[in-house]
Amino acid sequence: MRVEALFLLGVAAFFGVVGLIYWFWAYEQGGFVMLVGTTILGFLPGSYYLWWSRRMKPRPEDRTDAEMADGAGVIGSFPGSSIWPFVLGMGLFLMVLSMVFGLWLIAPGAALVLSAVIGVTVESRRGGTI
Amino acid sequence: MASVDAVSPRDGESSSTVASRWRRRAFGLVAVTALPVLLGGCQLPTFYGYRGSTKQGHDESVLWIGTMIASIVVLVFVGGLITWSIFRYRKKSDEIPRQFQYHIPIEITYIVVPVVMVLTLFGFTVYTENQVDAVTPTPAVKIHVTAFQWGWRYQYPGNVTVTGVTTEDPDPIGLNGASCAPAVDCLGPGLIVPAGQTTQIVLNSQDVIHGFYVPEFNFSRYAQPGVTNTFDLTVDHAAIYRAQCTQLCGLYHSLMFFHVVALPPSQFRAWLSSQQHLAHAASTVSASNSTTKAAA
Amino acid sequence: MTVLVDRPVSHDHGHEHEHHEGPTGLLKWLTSTDHKLIGMNYMVTSLVMFFLAGLMALAMRAQLATPNSSLLSFQAYNALFTMHGSLMLYLFAGPFAFGGLANYILPLQVGAPDMAFPRLNALSYWLYLSGSITMLLGFVVAGGAAAYGWVAYAPLSTVQFSPGSAPDLWILGIALTGFSAIFTGVNLVTTTFYLRAPGMTMFRLPIFTWNMLVTAILILIAFPILTAAMVLLFADRHFGTHIYSTAGGGSPILYQNLFWFFGHPEVYILALPYFGIVTDVIPVFSKKPLFGYKGMVFATMAIAALSTGVWAHHMFTTGVVLLPFFSLLSLLIAVPTGIKFFNWIGTMWRGQLTFTTPMLFCIGFLFAFLMGGLTGVMLASPPIDFATHDTYFVVAHFHQVLFGTAVYAGFAGLYYWYPKFYGRMYREWMGKTHFWLLTVGFWVTFMPQYILGLWGMPRRVASYPASLGWQTLNVVSTVGAFIIGISFVFLLVNFWVSWRKPVPAGDNPWDAHTLEWFATSPPVHHNFEKLPPIRSERPVWDYHHPDALTITHGSAGANGNGHGRLAGAAAAADTGDKA
Repeated sequence: MRVEALFLLGVAAFFGVVGLIYWFWAYEQGGFVMLVGTTILGFLPGSYYLWWSRRMKPRPEDRTDAEMADGAGVIGSFPGSSIWPFVLGMGLFLMVLSMVFGLWLIAPGAALVLSAVIGVTVESRRGGTI
Repeated sequence: MASVDAVSPRDGESSSTVASRWRRRAFGLVAVTALPVLLGGCQLPTFYGYRGSTKQGHDESVLWIGTMIASIVVLVFVGGLITWSIFRYRKKSDEIPRQFQYHIPIEITYIVVPVVMVLTLFGFTVYTENQVDAVTPTPAVKIHVTAFQWGWRYQYPGNVTVTGVTTEDPDPIGLNGASCAPAVDCLGPGLIVPAGQTTQIVLNSQDVIHGFYVPEFNFSRYAQPGVTNTFDLTVDHAAIYRAQCTQLCGLYHSLMFFHVVALPPSQFRAWLSSQQHLAHAASTVSASNSTTKAAA
Repeated sequence: MTVLVDRPVSHDHGHEHEHHEGPTGLLKWLTSTDHKLIGMNYMVTSLVMFFLAGLMALAMRAQLATPNSSLLSFQAYNALFTMHGSLMLYLFAGPFAFGGLANYILPLQVGAPDMAFPRLNALSYWLYLSGSITMLLGFVVAGGAAAYGWVAYAPLSTVQFSPGSAPDLWILGIALTGFSAIFTGVNLVTTTFYLRAPGMTMFRLPIFTWNMLVTAILILIAFPILTAAMVLLFADRHFGTHIYSTAGGGSPILYQNLFWFFGHPEVYILALPYFGIVTDVIPVFSKKPLFGYKGMVFATMAIAALSTGVWAHHMFTTGVVLLPFFSLLSLLIAVPTGIKFFNWIGTMWRGQLTFTTPMLFCIGFLFAFLMGGLTGVMLASPPIDFATHDTYFVVAHFHQVLFGTAVYAGFAGLYYWYPKFYGRMYREWMGKTHFWLLTVGFWVTFMPQYILGLWGMPRRVASYPASLGWQTLNVVSTVGAFIIGISFVFLLVNFWVSWRKPVPAGDNPWDAHTLEWFATSPPVHHNFEKLPPIRSERPVWDYHHPDALTITHGSAGANGNGHGRLAGAAAAADTGDKA
């Protein structure tokens, strides 16, 4: 996990330095805010990873000598097929189009979004499609 | 399969000599690129750019020529390496080549040399941009230029205003004895400036963003609402220079021409004072056969 | 159905892989969360966008072949260049790379069964599709499509100067595709950090995967800013705010700052995946490992880092930016890019090069990007930018770099991975014809545009006056554009023929190096029935060529290959223990 942590903290460090330089050299606040935001973007996950990487044993994918058998077992849950991304996507599509083609479209759009949110949650709990 | 790696030391040569061989080549490369710029680019080819008809334009042209020369050197060098590789190392047999992956001295070289070249270019850039952007506190004349959809308004000292749009008319000012050839040079309203002296332009826009661009001056600057840009133009000699808007500003952006008319200083003064007398008599002078076209 | 996937083991064939009985036909297309199907959807959709935008380009070039042409109205022309740019940048180049190729290939390259969040992945595609449709709807509403350029500068894009619904549809389309990209970015980072196979350390990842990781971080940095800029623009248009208009105390400069803080990383989001493709393909057809692997990784990070600090080099002519800061950082990007070039050359050096279609396209990329990159260095110098900004010089520059990446390298990737996607080969002679026609067309189209820009021809102009002497070069450029168009006919016919008369490809027709070539063609459900031992960044090469492993050379031997010994010396044995 250490490489990943350093990668993200490197992002934070770079933007921290650039942000400081920019603040004292330029006369522009918008860019400074964006640079600060980017520093935080790297710092938050990076510091978390670094904290954990010091407390955990290297995972099989962190070890140069790992065997395939070391990673045997359940990897994770990969839902194979689900209608809800499509439903959610279409719901958001309709809600967005409502801003141009008529606010009444928010109703069917929101209905689709809501059913998708419920559907995904139920699906995750019980495992299964539709 | 024991072929000698081209980048490893030659017989008897230590790797530090290899590195210094590359360092010497690198230094030569830098010298070759720096020299033309140092020579001031006198009568070197312009590579399709203009030599610049203003003092500021000349400064840009020197930088342009030097940068072009350096770029051509890099292009030939790197392009040559690629071309060499694809001809020299075409597959000749099924033998698997030596699977090397590193050569630290070369890797360091091709990091350091580009950094040096880039910093050199940066140095010349800063020098030139300070020249180009310099504004004097005592220009010969100060003109307020306002861009709008789709034309230009010029305000001279003494309440003289000239406004004109697009291709409707050739030079609305009506120059005595001056001709516009080719005719395209005189599209849009003419901005009259003294040749050989420093004109200060104060640039603004009354609606969207436009671009004040005179190709032969090697210069452009945005005209923006709420932002005032000031810059100096020191035109070399009396002539007419075509110009046009260069930042998309709506439907007739393609037709937003203007031109710069540089007059000998005495002629300029004469024109300006006659305009000032007219302006004093009436409140504003509009060009005789053009109308203000307000934003759509 | 939800599947819990066991980690497949390299020599264990006994593990009964469940038969995937999922939906078929239309329902499968609507419900699948398989990264391969989603990636293919993205590729097909984005290629459709590419061809649509290409047709728009041909229309524009037809217009510009004659001065004062009235082939197209000014409004139509302005809409065409706006939509050409928007489609190419927002709907083709990005989605093809991170939604299409990365989606399909990245999980395979790290040894994962799928992306980390399969349903989120599917949602990304549907958002991308709906966003594309939203943007294209501008063509059918009153007033025609948006016509303010793909950058949509305020105040031109405010409701006062661009009324109508098309600009709103454009903004909303960007919002949808923007979120699609952000979700894909999340998926890419998580998959790379969490779903690697055992032994696949970070510094054994293929460079394509590394580049996609860095691209994903850039997406997370840049796209939210774009969304913010667009939301504020929409608010100015409809909710009575004055964020970008001076009338209410706002600032048009703010729009430019926000847009380009996104916009410059965006072009590197578009470039880095394609650099990654080239970096994967060249070693395969040189029969050598990538030269300077670690340097490549750090160069990519340096490019990404610098790219976020240079946004205002698009604003040099505004007169209100800190010129030296932005020009220095912009010039410095040339250094890591140069590192990449020398590493590509070093990979080919003393190799055994075969010029298959993917390799030809990579070489085309090298030349196109070399020159395009150099003109970019020129533009990084403010005085030169003052003379060339918003002229055809810039148009030629960015087309060279974008063409080099999205087209040359993108189609290199398409031809390279085509056998993996479909288990069949394309026809090599048609691929080569495509390449040569494309190359002739490309250089003929864009070289004259550099000259036109230096002569003073501005960009985004629907017409130019006669008797300026610009017509000849414009005609040459137009001819080139049509040659490019014709070259793509060969691509389409090639894939059609390979579909109708398939030639089986096998798992690894190229003798390639990275993990995706160990899977079947196309890969089975959840990708791998078995995996080889991973002891370097070329696990498949090591497996097939245990006598030709990478030589760790030089002091920095710790690239995951092992310290100072021949990489993966004992890895070929099934037991794969460390020496």
